[in-house]
Amino acid sequence: MTPEQIIFLIVAVVTLVAGVSVVTSRNLIHSALWLILALFGVAVFYVLLEAGFFAVIQVIVYIGAIAILFIFASMLTRRVMQDTGHQSNKNWWLGALIAFGLLVGITLVLVNWQGFTSLAPVLANQSERLSQLGLALVSPDLYVLPFELASVLLVAAMIGAIFVAGEKKQ
Amino acid sequence: MIPLSWYLIFAAILFCIGLYGVLVRKNAIAILMGIELMLNSVNINLIAFWRYRSPDGIAGQAFAIIVFAVAAAEVAVGLALIISIYRRRSSVVADDMNLMKW
Repeated sequence: MTPEQIIFLIVAVVTLVAGVSVVTSRNLIHSALWLILALFGVAVFYVLLEAGFFAVIQVIVYIGAIAILFIFASMLTRRVMQDTGHQSNKNWWLGALIAFGLLVGITLVLVNWQGFTSLAPVLANQSERLSQLGLALVSPDLYVLPFELASVLLVAAMIGAIFVAGEKKQ
Repeated sequence: MIPLSWYLIFAAILFCIGLYGVLVRKNAIAILMGIELMLNSVNINLIAFWRYRSPDGIAGQAFAIIVFAVAAAEVAVGLALIISIYRRRSSVVADDMNLMKW
C-alpha cells in the first residue's frame, strides 16, 4: 500500500464514523460537532484529489459558515428535544432498509461499469488550472449563466432567510 | 495510486448515511444535516470524476462550485424556516409541522 492509500483509508473510516454519529447522536450539538469532523474528512479527500481550491472552499464555506449556522440553530431551538425521548422515527428500520438497498443498488451499478477501477491520469499544467477555472466561470461560452444564476439564488436565499427568520414587530 | 472505485464506494456509503438521517431523524435540523452529508458525497463524486475521467475539462469543478452555492442557500433558508416555525409553535419536530397538511 502506498502512503496515499493509507491516508485515504484512515480518513474514510474517520469520516464514515463521524457521519454515522451525525445521524444517530442524541444531542443535536454533538451531531453538529460530528458534522464538522465529517466535513473536514471530505476536505482531505479534495486534497487527495489534487483539488486544493475545493478543500479551501470546503473549510471556509462548509465548516466556517454552514456548520456554525447549524450550531447556532440548534442552540436557538435547544429546549425542545434536549437529550430526551427518541430521536428517530418508529419506522427507523424501514429507513435503514431503504438506505442499505440504495447502497447495494449503487454498488451493483458501479461494479458493472468498466471504468470503475481506472487510475488517475497525470494532471497537465498544474499551475494554470485555477485560473482556467476562474476564466471558465465568467466566460460567456462556458459557465457565466449558471454562475450568475447561482449568485442570484444566493442573494435571494439570504434575503428570504432574513425575511423569514426576522422578528416581526407589530 | 488510489483507484476511482474507492472514492465512488466511499461517496455511496456517505450518501446512504445521509439518506438514513433524512428518512429517520425527527428533528428538522438533524434532517438538514443529513442533506448536507448527501450534498458532500455528491461533490466528492463530481471532483473524483473530473480528476479521473476528464482532467482537462472544467465542467466537474464548475458544477461542484454551483453545488456549494446551492448548499449554502438551502441551509440558510431551511434553518430560517425552522427557527420561524420554532418561534410560532415551539417545536422542531418534523412531524409537528403539519400546518399546510390538507
